[in-house]
Amino acid sequence: MGKSPTTKDDAQALFHSLRSAYSATPTNLKIIDLYVVFAVFIALIQVVYMAVVGSFPFNSFLSGVLSCVGTAVLAVCLRIQVNKENKEFKDLPPEHAFADFVLCNLVLHLVIMNFLG
Amino acid sequence: MRYMIILSVADLIVKSNIANSQLFSSYLTSMLSKQHSGRRLFTVALTLSAGALTISRFRISSTADQIRKILFRSQFIEFDQLIEFGMAIKVGIVVVLLAVASICEAVAIFHPISESHLSAALELFSPVAGSFSSLEEAYEALRTFEVLGIEKKPDIKDDTCNSVVDTLSSMSSNSRDLYHALQVNGLLKCKTSKDALTGITSRLKDAVKDATSLLDYYHSIGGLLLIKDQSSEVDVLLKNADGILRSIKALSQSDGRWRYSANNPESSTYAAGLAFETLSGVIQLAASTIDENLIGTLKKDIVKLFDSIEKYDDGSYYFDDKHIDSSGHQGPLSATAAVVRGLTTFASTSESLNIPEDKILGLARFFLGIGVPGNSKDLYYQIDSLSHLENNRVSVPLILSIPATVLSLTSKDKFKVKVNTVLGSIAPPLSVKLMQVFSSGSKDGSVLKQELHFDPKEAIHMLDALPEGVDIGEYVFAFEIVLSDPEHKRKFATGGRTKVPVHVTGVVKVDDAKVAVLEGDIVESEKKLDLPGKNDLALSANHLQKLHLSFLLTTPFGKPFKPHQALLKLRHETGVEHIFVVENSGRHFETTLDFLGLVDKFFYLSGQYDIELTVGDAVMENSFLQPLGSIELDLPKAPEKATQPPPQAVNPYLRYGPKAEIAHIFRAPEKRPPQEVSFAFLGLVLVPFLAFLVGLLRLGVNLKNFPTSTIPAAFAILFHSGIAAVLLLYVLFWLKLDLFTTLKTLGLIGIFLMFVGHRTLSHLASASAKLKSA
Repeated sequence: MGKSPTTKDDAQALFHSLRSAYSATPTNLKIIDLYVVFAVFIALIQVVYMAVVGSFPFNSFLSGVLSCVGTAVLAVCLRIQVNKENKEFKDLPPEHAFADFVLCNLVLHLVIMNFLG
Repeated sequence: MRYMIILSVADLIVKSNIANSQLFSSYLTSMLSKQHSGRRLFTVALTLSAGALTISRFRISSTADQIRKILFRSQFIEFDQLIEFGMAIKVGIVVVLLAVASICEAVAIFHPISESHLSAALELFSPVAGSFSSLEEAYEALRTFEVLGIEKKPDIKDDTCNSVVDTLSSMSSNSRDLYHALQVNGLLKCKTSKDALTGITSRLKDAVKDATSLLDYYHSIGGLLLIKDQSSEVDVLLKNADGILRSIKALSQSDGRWRYSANNPESSTYAAGLAFETLSGVIQLAASTIDENLIGTLKKDIVKLFDSIEKYDDGSYYFDDKHIDSSGHQGPLSATAAVVRGLTTFASTSESLNIPEDKILGLARFFLGIGVPGNSKDLYYQIDSLSHLENNRVSVPLILSIPATVLSLTSKDKFKVKVNTVLGSIAPPLSVKLMQVFSSGSKDGSVLKQELHFDPKEAIHMLDALPEGVDIGEYVFAFEIVLSDPEHKRKFATGGRTKVPVHVTGVVKVDDAKVAVLEGDIVESEKKLDLPGKNDLALSANHLQKLHLSFLLTTPFGKPFKPHQALLKLRHETGVEHIFVVENSGRHFETTLDFLGLVDKFFYLSGQYDIELTVGDAVMENSFLQPLGSIELDLPKAPEKATQPPPQAVNPYLRYGPKAEIAHIFRAPEKRPPQEVSFAFLGLVLVPFLAFLVGLLRLGVNLKNFPTSTIPAAFAILFHSGIAAVLLLYVLFWLKLDLFTTLKTLGLIGIFLMFVGHRTLSHLASASAKLKSA
């Protein structure tokens, strides 16, 4: 092993360290992360669909994309509030944050359903 | 000359109802085709003004429509051009009036009162809802009916009588109301008590004493005079007749008019008429004889008023009020009617009123010249004045009228003349002499002294035979009335020489008619025509040849005749028309169409042309418009710069008819992607969902924290079902619900969800807190 470290090795080392750090996160946060990734994926698929078939009707496209993006944003807010390492929200019980999450999602989806047309 | 022709043609159209307006329009086109556009305006203006004059004389509004229709049919006139004629028309009217004034004077016909006045009276005076609106109107209606001899209906009588008795017995009526009520009473002879009349007499006498204005005097003196006629027992005589006469005379002016009151400076002829009536009433009611000098000065005033009389060209005299006075009467009719009333009532009280008889005849002509008035007040003025003129003591006018002004030589009509009084009653024995005959336009006429034969059964004077040399054409006959009894000369006004226009018509012979196609000067083909019968030619010519048409026109007496229209019309199959005037020299009429020179005018259109010949005149009984057949014209091709033929007129009924129906075209729907692509992507969207579920499982998601004891478990289940219900509601909302029901239901579920969620989450929170502390 007298080889100088290549970028590829560096990237791999970075990737591994990220992975190991990530596995230390608590499970509930990982669930929320998964949920966010899932919402973003669906948004991307919708954008690709629009690119394929055209933007008519535009309001439906917007409502679809915005529901995904909105719910992803709300999930991120939940993650911030539930994260035990976040000092700012120490006194906030996670159930409270979850209730907010549920309420906001319901309102968001009402609006989305109306806009869907 | 031409103006007279236009006038007489318009006159004839109105009177003898020649519906042959085609002739008139072709006459117009002939006149117009020969003139430049500037004169075109003038000619049309003349025609219109001739029509307008005819309208104003005879008040027949259908003439305007006829002339308008004629002008529109004539192709030279378009609507826009007519608008420009406004100025030209004014000029035209002035010119025509001058021409009329200079060429023909006092050529007009007056007719005495006839059946049409009776029917007009019945129509105009029909009372609204069975009774008249005021006693003044009732009097006007009843007086008109009385003069015309119409019977009154008994139910109207009763209604009006009730109103009369009410007015006469009420204490609040002023002298004006009493006057009108007494007037109606005089005609209807309602039952009034002697006491009522006595009471009224004393009130009226007081009114005379206190009177200051002319109308006060008029109503009160008039009322007293009426009472005198209606009841012989009441004493109506006035003590201070001289004084009253002087105070009324104080309102007179030096120019013959009268003022209404001392402080009001405006004066009118109408007031003068009222004043005369009042003065004659005072003279009749005087208790003692009046100073002769006073009556003499009053007579002079009347004669002075006659200095301001005005005259129309046809010999009618009238008075006109230049100022509109306070009582609203205006116009020559009411002023003249008032003067006539005043004059005749004054003349009935005293002899020797010096008014020249031609002025009286002129006044009668004025009233008769109105014809049948259009409203009730005018009709009343007309009929009332004429009845006063019928029996007046100055001079009774006699009217010479002609029942028919158009004589036909073919049917050997005899010329008839009637002489009556203004109301149509029989005149005293007299004879009518035809003194002179002027042919149209000339001022000198042959002097005859032919007496007309009188037929006593029909009361008509007839001319046994037309004077020599009276061929077809327009003439003016001058008549004189000679009264048999020399005593009558003072009583009746005959008016010297009366001129009447007469049209003599007859059949014009058309001879020797032929049409020929000429090559140079050589006749190529010639055909004889049968005019005015049917013809069907089939000619052909090219642009190097000429078309020649000729015929002879002779009157019944064998003299040459020039009609108003002798026109040749060529109409192409596309509708383009060309009109040519056939010139004449004496009896011989001919025209030559040189196609070489007309090629440009014909717009280089070759093809079949229909030929039409029009020969017409007002006095020609057999005017004709005959299609002669057709000619096949071969013209060279049009060069580049040739003018295009005028576009043919669109049938107005088609232009404004219903248009094609428009079907609404809906917006084309947007292109939708094919269903397979959509389904593919639907599947693609579900894939991340599955990936999410798989991921959750890999993360080791579990339900360990789910509460196990009953109540919290129930709440937890309700919480989850509540969320599921909301999501289901959203799906239903998308599928079929509307926002309002959704919001209502959402509100209900939301409240439930809040409650349940609170319980569940607080239980969970307390559970985790216990776990932390433990």
